Amino acid sequence: MSSRCPELTRRIAIVALLAGGSATIATACGPARAAPTTRELRVCSDPNNLPFSNERREGFENKIAELVARDLNARLSYVWWAQRRGFVRNTLNQNQCDLLIGVPSSFERTRTTVPYYRSTYVFVTRRDRHLKIASFDDPQLRRLRIGVQLIGDDATNTPPAHALSKRNIISNVRGYSVYGDYRQPNPPARLIDAVARGDIDVGVAWGPLAGYFAQREPVRLDITRVSPQIDVPFLPFVFDISMGVRRGNDSLRDELNAVISRRRSEIDRILSDYGVPRLDIGRAGPTT
Amino acid sequence: MARDNAFCRSSFKVTLAVFLTLPALAAGCSREKPADEVAQTPGKPTVTPMAGRSNGGAIAAAEAEDGQWTRPAKNYASTRFSGLNQITADNVRNLRLAWTFETGILRGQEAAPLVVNNTMYVVTPFPNYLYALDLTKPGAPMKWVYKPGPIAAAQGVACCDVVNRGASYADGKIVYNTLDNHTVAVDAASGQEVWKTKVGEINLGESLTMAPLIVKNKVIIGNSGGEFGIRGWVTALDLGSGKILWRAYHTGPDSAVRIGPRFKPFYAEDRRPDLGVKTWPGETWKIGGAGAWGWISYDPQLNLIYYGSANPGPWNPDQRPGDNKWSATIFARDPDNGDAVWAYQMSPHDLHDYDGVNENILLDIPINGQTRKVLIHPDRNGYLYTIDRTNGEVLSADPYGYVNTSTGVDLKTGRIKYADEKYPKMGEVVRNSCPAAPGAKDWQPSAFSPMTGLIYIPHQNLCMDVESVEANYIAGTPFVGMNVKMFPGPGGNRGQFDAWDPVAHKLVWSVKENFPVWSGALATAGNVAFYGTMEGWFKAVDAGTGQELWKFKTGSGIIGQPVTYRGPDGKQYVAVMSGVGGWSGAIVAGGIDPRDSSAALGFVATMTDLPAATNKGGTLYVFSLP
Repeated sequence: MSSRCPELTRRIAIVALLAGGSATIATACGPARAAPTTRELRVCSDPNNLPFSNERREGFENKIAELVARDLNARLSYVWWAQRRGFVRNTLNQNQCDLLIGVPSSFERTRTTVPYYRSTYVFVTRRDRHLKIASFDDPQLRRLRIGVQLIGDDATNTPPAHALSKRNIISNVRGYSVYGDYRQPNPPARLIDAVARGDIDVGVAWGPLAGYFAQREPVRLDITRVSPQIDVPFLPFVFDISMGVRRGNDSLRDELNAVISRRRSEIDRILSDYGVPRLDIGRAGPTT
Repeated sequence: MARDNAFCRSSFKVTLAVFLTLPALAAGCSREKPADEVAQTPGKPTVTPMAGRSNGGAIAAAEAEDGQWTRPAKNYASTRFSGLNQITADNVRNLRLAWTFETGILRGQEAAPLVVNNTMYVVTPFPNYLYALDLTKPGAPMKWVYKPGPIAAAQGVACCDVVNRGASYADGKIVYNTLDNHTVAVDAASGQEVWKTKVGEINLGESLTMAPLIVKNKVIIGNSGGEFGIRGWVTALDLGSGKILWRAYHTGPDSAVRIGPRFKPFYAEDRRPDLGVKTWPGETWKIGGAGAWGWISYDPQLNLIYYGSANPGPWNPDQRPGDNKWSATIFARDPDNGDAVWAYQMSPHDLHDYDGVNENILLDIPINGQTRKVLIHPDRNGYLYTIDRTNGEVLSADPYGYVNTSTGVDLKTGRIKYADEKYPKMGEVVRNSCPAAPGAKDWQPSAFSPMTGLIYIPHQNLCMDVESVEANYIAGTPFVGMNVKMFPGPGGNRGQFDAWDPVAHKLVWSVKENFPVWSGALATAGNVAFYGTMEGWFKAVDAGTGQELWKFKTGSGIIGQPVTYRGPDGKQYVAVMSGVGGWSGAIVAGGIDPRDSSAALGFVATMTDLPAATNKGGTLYVFSLP
């Protein structure tokens, strides 16, 4: 095995501890099961952020990683690291891994593949409230209790936080830290929980998060794509998502582009299984 | 105050702040002092100021010089001035390397080494090792190393590199903070852990990077993590047991901020109840940032600690209309119970990431014929504040760098006057805002010499463009990030080392440096001031004129705090850590791609030439005369 195994094991153990300690610790170390010539696909991933990924490999990015590894006839290994500021710097760019399964297609810190899905921010409401909100200009938003996620980093915030403050909708907006309490499972999901519990009337969340957890709350939730799709002067709510590799690793990027092309229907099925709201479904090729 | 003979030895009872205004004690001590030591006699400089200059009359509340370095800023007044005068402006050119020590940790080295009882203590960045070096033996061999074992994930949540700003000593213990929110006390003799207390929660984005101050057997600390939606606080722990004694938050209701009957801020608008709630929309105060990751000073006569809180969160100001009390605020508190006595907010509703955590130097200076007890605070917002430390009145606020994000401070109301055209707006480009987000000066602490009456200010000269263009991604959540790009301010130099006269309110001299001066300053009774550059030069300048007298090229950029001490051989030594990093040096320490111009919140854009000038490091350098 490679010499970075002890380090890897240590990190995994720590992350598992953070995530509650009871989880099965997935490790790339230990006896090699495959022949030494087998290619290794090293993926950096958040151990505690469904529906994207977790250390039990239950997220759609875990499933897509398995699909890619299978296609490339590679053995899949993970380095777990909370996907926060410094994630790319400490993982991909430290050569801890070669691949991030999901990044925005225009993410400058990595070389990105062709997009494999396009999603949107959505309004999340309880069905029994019959609110039917589809636009940031809906007058109901001036009186309802609204939840948004706050980043508090890079001098900016999530698009809905900006769209609301720009419309002077502030005092009835509650901010939920996107980082949350990392001791709890999938911290960003607290926003969706708050809608289901009735702590807030409307949540505005990134589609994949909302689509997945809306299916798992004890009450029926509606999710509706926001409009406009791009607020003026330039505030997009729609993002293309790609895989990311280290800058300069064009050969892997090219391979991955080919995998995405070959496996498009399987990728679509995985995304569908996880309830990811899509704006690009049915398109034949890249949506850029 | 205990008048204890032990004080006159280089004793352990350094927490006893003894003022030389007590003549009997000063006299009692002086006979045991080496002849080369200069007592800091208030108002009576024992070295003649430079010809053509006169000491303006500023003095610091001096403590007896014991030749050691037991607190982060040397003394409670935070002057970083040593009365040792063996190394002088005349002989410093002969300074030579005495010995070195390699920590093996190649991240930003911001800590001041401590020197206590002929032992030097060095705290490293994460994983926060504490080394003890035996100064009585040739080459200062390691006595022990203490490894607190902070959890590795702490690196993922720590803002701005994984630095540590140092330790404090008292009662036989070295006390410092670990990145993962533990305060630890280590037996100074044996290296055994005495206590270790968890004071914060890394899973909520909190971390600890600051150096504690020990006051009356209480360890005072504050948290970091404003970028991650924390709620800021200061906390006191019992020095003997590590038990948490009190905590005061910087947002929330008065009870949580420890605002009560004794709270008498100078400005009327600050006297209304529960401003820590009412100056925020909804419940945003709960994630309002405003940690306390900088410096703490202490006035034993007034029995007050002084420190500043950090900027409010979220950074985007539109989401938090209001003054956002008590972010970017200097607090005066009673260390016995944490009660606030006064507060003054430098940057209400902060627009530009101007934390208020910079150092507060406690001086007594003549103003209009009267001696006033003041604190001097060079803030990130570009103003050097002189504040009456008994009541929080702003006596003056002078720009000490280039400022265009505001047009001054109204001394009647205490309010800063923001420039409307520099208000950051989502989706719009706001160009040439000065100072940039790290401010006219960041954490790097100034020094004050009672001999020259000057404050030595290491700082930066940076402006920034802010625009929103780049896609970013946190915890599976995409958004368009503000693209902050920093560049040199007027003159083209990114850093400078200035001497400022706090009585005359004027710059006396300025040494321009290519890179931001991210190291602390040191002033000595030998009329020498020391600082380091990010290229790795360690420099000595004439404290009166700023003339460069000596320099030595260390192995890595210097962002640490130089200290000086008297060795067991009676010689004066000067020590500094070399190892670039921190926010400004993240491009080297963090291995950031120089093409990623908005990395490190835009600081990388103006530091792309740093990797060609220096490399990572983690080495202690110690100098002496031959």
